[in-house]
Amino acid sequence: MTDSRPVLTMTGISKSFPGVRALHNVDFRLFPGEVHALMGENGAGKSTLIKVLTGVYGIDDGIITLGGEQVAFSGPMQAAAAGVSTVYQEVNLCPNLSVAENIFIGREPRRFGAVRWGEVRRRARQLLARLDLDIDVTAPVASYSLAVQQMIAIARAIDVQARVLILDEPTSSLDAGEVEQLFRIMRQLRDEGIAILFVTHFLDQVYGIADRITVLRNGTLVGEHPTAELPQLALVEKMIGKELDVLERIEEHPRRELAALEGGTPFVEVSDLSRKGAVAPFSLTIHAGEVVGLAGLLGSGRTEVARLLFGADRADRGQVAVGGKPTGLRTPVQAIDRGIGFCSENRRAEGIIADLSVRENMILAMQAARGWLRPIPRRRQDELVDKYIKALSIRPANPDVPVRNLSGGNQQKVLLARWLITEPRLLILDEPTRGIDIGAKAEIQKLVVQLSDGGMAVLFISAELEEVLRLSHKIAVMRDRELVAQLTNDDAVDADRVMQTIASGSQREEANQ
Amino acid sequence: MSDAKNRFQAMVGHRLFWPVAVLVVMLAANTLYRPGFLTIEVKDGHLYGTPIDILRLSAPLILVALGMTLVISTGGIDLSVGSVCAISGAIACLYISKAPDQNALGMVLTALAMAIGAALVLGAWNGILVSVIGIQPIIATLILMVAGRGLAQLITEGQIITINSGPYRAIGLGHFLTLPLAIFIALAAALLVAAFTRRTALGMIIESVGGNREASRLAGIRSGRVVFLVYVVSAVCAAIAGFMMTANVSSADGNSAGLWVELDAILAVVIGGTSLAGGRFFLSGTILGALIIQTLTTTVYAMNISPQTALLFKAVVVIVVCLVQAPAFRARFSRRRPGAAPPEASPQRQKEQVPA
Repeated sequence: MTDSRPVLTMTGISKSFPGVRALHNVDFRLFPGEVHALMGENGAGKSTLIKVLTGVYGIDDGIITLGGEQVAFSGPMQAAAAGVSTVYQEVNLCPNLSVAENIFIGREPRRFGAVRWGEVRRRARQLLARLDLDIDVTAPVASYSLAVQQMIAIARAIDVQARVLILDEPTSSLDAGEVEQLFRIMRQLRDEGIAILFVTHFLDQVYGIADRITVLRNGTLVGEHPTAELPQLALVEKMIGKELDVLERIEEHPRRELAALEGGTPFVEVSDLSRKGAVAPFSLTIHAGEVVGLAGLLGSGRTEVARLLFGADRADRGQVAVGGKPTGLRTPVQAIDRGIGFCSENRRAEGIIADLSVRENMILAMQAARGWLRPIPRRRQDELVDKYIKALSIRPANPDVPVRNLSGGNQQKVLLARWLITEPRLLILDEPTRGIDIGAKAEIQKLVVQLSDGGMAVLFISAELEEVLRLSHKIAVMRDRELVAQLTNDDAVDADRVMQTIASGSQREEANQ
Repeated sequence: MSDAKNRFQAMVGHRLFWPVAVLVVMLAANTLYRPGFLTIEVKDGHLYGTPIDILRLSAPLILVALGMTLVISTGGIDLSVGSVCAISGAIACLYISKAPDQNALGMVLTALAMAIGAALVLGAWNGILVSVIGIQPIIATLILMVAGRGLAQLITEGQIITINSGPYRAIGLGHFLTLPLAIFIALAAALLVAAFTRRTALGMIIESVGGNREASRLAGIRSGRVVFLVYVVSAVCAAIAGFMMTANVSSADGNSAGLWVELDAILAVVIGGTSLAGGRFFLSGTILGALIIQTLTTTVYAMNISPQTALLFKAVVVIVVCLVQAPAFRARFSRRRPGAAPPEASPQRQKEQVPA
């Protein structure tokens, strides 16, 4: 913040997609020589803001200026030429080409039309030396670690006289040491006067490097603050927002005491389960009839925990016991066999089979468990499908329409039915209420309560704290891919308390109170 | 807004309407050109005539296309079927040619069993490459498509093996209940595959894997096994087709038996309404597709179009068939007509444009 004039301003930016208002009247400023963190939950509009800035999308309304002049880029190439470079989360280098080729691809120094390879290599070395990176520029990019690849992408980005460097979640696949290396380079570039826009889900990293923070929520600007003046708790509050609870309240039914539930043998006992790059070792116990909420920001490792428990990903180390017996959960088939079901948060890619009918989608898991040689008799299918269409009030109530024709909420219910039909003893629900309307949301919440009353264990993952608080007996808090605390959900626990835990990551003393 | 109109719309909307319409149009055009086209005569207690020929000649293609349908439904493709035809034909013919009595039924059955056994191995090879090693199906089966021709040549030692075996010839040219035996073999295979997929849950599981492999895995389906199985089925279907092809000419030519049949088979599957992207498959559509292709071939010969230009003619007709079937093309066509109702699907489309 050495210069008082921003290099980049975005004023009154609005952008809509059919049916969705992605950005509404958002202001954003970026000063030379600062690292500016753009924060917000999933769907808050961070990506859209970056994409309208670099010209991937046009804007509906608003003004963008760069160095005082109004600009409207037609695409990332033009933006880069004007000095706005972007490095994306997925490193988009060509892994089979050399480091030097990757840096100069598309703009090789030429003489008489021929590429001057010597010059390419010399300048690549120069550029990497500026980033303190001593690597062989003729080696293929694939031979280097992700962190180094990330640096190479940055080198390519800053070569074009970048004034603004956008780093879109550059650290999501890096380990701690690599992150530090990246930060060193970011500080160096900042000191050279480059404005850096940094998007991440890791709170620690924001406080480790950012000078200022802009928070978005639901496509609107919440505020812009110097990092020093915004404590972590306040940031989390601003990101999540204290939404008015428009949901009908789940009737205050006498929630059974956790102590009573924990009397019996636990259904699942996990100790020190971990997977490199996904989640640090964690231990968790889930009893029959217990709802365990998994809270934490997006990218904190919630989904990764669920996937390990279901065998969707393989754990590197750690033990799992199901029903008291040590077991491996290495594939979904094994997990299903042990009585575990899993509704993925990614309904479209990992849940529904869009081509197949509602009926087929519902019976799929049960049929898979029986094997294809033993088809479920038609009458039994009808019974099951009718039962769940009624129980979950799925609309349209026609089992033979392709599931793609249903709304998101109804697709979610079909997936729930798929697992309920298998009568699991533990049901893992990853964001079961995301992106569905309020009515369906309330119905799904009610269902969770009913299921746990019936003795089913539920692992309930949601970004909405209210929901987790309302349903869970116990809340496990994730932060930066680590399970940092387990809170018994009694009267002493409220949203503030959980947010505090998310923000501060305070350890287990919480659990003992 | 009568009932009749609704019924008409339902009929036009049926997925088999356009393939059937194309077939009917082609038969009609042939009849106009050559009034005797549809005539069927009885000679020596057997039925003869162009329609019967079309059915008989389309039998191998139907077989190959049945297996191909399952493979394509899983999102794969099997380019090696032509080579498998050649190999199985070569093995069967070689064994028969060495036999002291080429007309012995038991010996012919042994020959067929050996060739089917070889096809099982070849199908397993494809299946392992795709499902275990994870090579893209088009590349994995390309290996056998190219190498298989060499293998067939190796079996026949570069010669054309001619045989004189009554029972083997019957597979291609024999008759049963006044009709060519080949028709019954193709029909039996079709019924078997249909029962195999639709009477069990296999069909649904294949469609599930083809529609969304990751979601299927998370639903507990062992998709690798399913993928493996369809390549084996495809190779067995191709082997039986190979018997017909070689039996038709009583000789095995490693070079030309089943040449390019994979392309016709893929075409038949697509005309039948199964998407190359995988997912839903339609066996009846595939059979219609195979009949359309064979009718087209017969038409080309009947109209004395020179063989050099025949392929071009075929290509044009195929493009028209595919366009007529494509919902997007039909929608555009009907929207241009005044008074036509706008397509109902439009709100759905808009929804899909929301970026994730």
